[in-house]
Amino acid sequence: MTNKTEKIIRLSVSYLILLVAVVIVIYPLLWVLGSSFNPGQSLSGSTMFPENPTLKHYKSLFDIENSNYVLWYLNSMKISLITMVFAVISVAFTGYAFSRYRFIGRKNGLLTFLVLQMIPNFAALIAIFVLAQRTGLLDSHVGLILIYVGGQIPMNTWLMKGYLDTIPKELDESARMDGAGHLRIFWQIIMPLSKPILAVVALFSFIAPFGDFILARIMLRSEEKFTMGVGLYELVSKQFGNEFTTFAAGSVLIAIPITILFLSFQKYFISGLTAGGTKG
Amino acid sequence: MNSNVTTKHRKNAGLLSIIPGFGQFYNKQFVKGIIFLVLTIAFFSSFSQTLNWGFWGLITLGEIPKLDHSIFLLIDGIIALLVAIIGVGIYTFNIYDAYNNGKKRDEGFLLNSVREQYHNLLDNGFPYLMISPGFLLLIFVVIFPIIFVILLSFTNYDLYHSPPAKLVDWVGIQNYIDIFKLDLWRSTFFGVLGWTIVWTFGATTLQVAIGVFLAVVINQKDLKGKAFFRTILILPWAVPAFVSILIFSGMFNESFGVINTQILSMLGIDAIPWMTEELWTRFALILIQSWLGFPFIFAMTTGVLQSIPNELYEAANVDGASIFQKFRGITLPMVMYATAPILITQYTFNFNNFNVIFLFNGGGPALPGQNAGGSDILISWIYQLTMTSGQYGKAAAITMLLSLIVVTVALWQFKRTNSFKEEDMM
Repeated sequence: MTNKTEKIIRLSVSYLILLVAVVIVIYPLLWVLGSSFNPGQSLSGSTMFPENPTLKHYKSLFDIENSNYVLWYLNSMKISLITMVFAVISVAFTGYAFSRYRFIGRKNGLLTFLVLQMIPNFAALIAIFVLAQRTGLLDSHVGLILIYVGGQIPMNTWLMKGYLDTIPKELDESARMDGAGHLRIFWQIIMPLSKPILAVVALFSFIAPFGDFILARIMLRSEEKFTMGVGLYELVSKQFGNEFTTFAAGSVLIAIPITILFLSFQKYFISGLTAGGTKG
Repeated sequence: MNSNVTTKHRKNAGLLSIIPGFGQFYNKQFVKGIIFLVLTIAFFSSFSQTLNWGFWGLITLGEIPKLDHSIFLLIDGIIALLVAIIGVGIYTFNIYDAYNNGKKRDEGFLLNSVREQYHNLLDNGFPYLMISPGFLLLIFVVIFPIIFVILLSFTNYDLYHSPPAKLVDWVGIQNYIDIFKLDLWRSTFFGVLGWTIVWTFGATTLQVAIGVFLAVVINQKDLKGKAFFRTILILPWAVPAFVSILIFSGMFNESFGVINTQILSMLGIDAIPWMTEELWTRFALILIQSWLGFPFIFAMTTGVLQSIPNELYEAANVDGASIFQKFRGITLPMVMYATAPILITQYTFNFNNFNVIFLFNGGGPALPGQNAGGSDILISWIYQLTMTSGQYGKAAAITMLLSLIVVTVALWQFKRTNSFKEEDMM
């Protein structure tokens, strides 16, 4: 009998804890959702359950003449997608070379990547700012993409290499016996087998530029070139509180697709991280 | 080495290749020799101007204000430096190659024919070909900036020495001395460093603790609704962080934010100055980061928990262990063992977590007697010094100190994990 009461107490305490956790997690999200339907403009009057819900803030975001929101959306998508493509290509190459070949400089190269992945590339933000100024890449998406791709290479190369190391080398060797060349082994034998890790690298290198704020903030100057992060920040910080409901609507529109994308791929995220993490 | 070698081809070949190509001629590898010779001539004829100008600029940083732009000269100088390094690399390879082939001849081996050399080049060159696109990009967007910051930290580049009107000069380690000697800089630096450390450990430890705890609670066998709870609790990780932080900064707004106007007043607590008082801003930041960061730990711990064999707990039950004993004896060690490497990256991540600091309160509130805000960590202070006060030299020096800390921790971590000892890993 004591066992049963103990179980009831344990479970009720557990549910209580989880309930509190769920409320804390969900409250800010519901609050911003509610704010986005508020008729007023300001932060002060916004409530979670507005009496006269309205869609006008969403409409105003898509009013292209007065709002750059759609542009920011497209910019973010464009930058993240291009970064993803180039990062996946170069990471596949470097990861394969480091996993399959033994060449002079390999060990030092790997070590360099290891140290570089520890320092976030915006630590050198002064340099990036001045260099971008010098090369005329300030306020251009090209410069930003180059920096993003470069920043993705070290960490993802380690992930890629860790995964490729688990694919048996006998496969390449037998293919080589049959007369397959370097490129052919890479392209027709190894790459099809590494689809899972390619997916992980692609996800990482899409999400990272999408969630970045600091580099985009340093590099981009004119409003129509902003990414989502910088744009939303400007919207709030310009006159805090005055445009809060519009900001809320913008947040909802960006958070929902990313959340769905994320939830559907989250198990790959975790497997990718643990695969690379435990191996270094 | 072979002691009864009578010929001295390796020494001769090595010495001769001080003029690139001649060592290869000596080894009768004419095609290769000509390639080296042509490469050398091409290198000097096309880069001598770059090198000359670059190194002059690097050393002097310009002599005439308004005409010489010190920072552009510095950039050109780094390019010259990189070109020179590549040149030295090729040159060293030329000597090494001549010496090696000389050694082969000494030991009585036949040298490769042109055809074999070509195939060798293709085989050995393939990995280099593969890594070169990535590596070139890294040189320009990562390594180049790092060199630039290192050099910049030894200059007096700031608003008063701002090209093109003024010249920038080398000042040695003056920036570093200033940071530790001048009262304003010293107190700010140690203040910011102290908070950075408190922030890193406080926020990270809290988010790890919450994540592990919730994962363990949900993992109880007889608890219903696991999938529902897991999906909800993962949400803060899924929503883009910059969105959540900006939402929080609205919620914590002192006069209009929902926390002060509704939640706290409902509980009968007076409004709290979240944004204007240092201590409250810091407190709020740690809470927010816990909200943002725990789902990641939660998700990973859940994965680990599901892989712990049930027999362990059954054996513990037979021995009459309590819930807490089981947690301390089985669950916690297993979770820590599996997630330790990633936990450490969480610490380095928060150490440089610019987004949450900057987007929540811009590093503020402003404090008297120092030039950083009350919640500024090192990275956001560097941002402020660069973007608003134009203290480029000092900012570079602080970046160097920051990188020193991060790299030390990182190398220490990787010494401890066995990734380097594993066979074939390196």
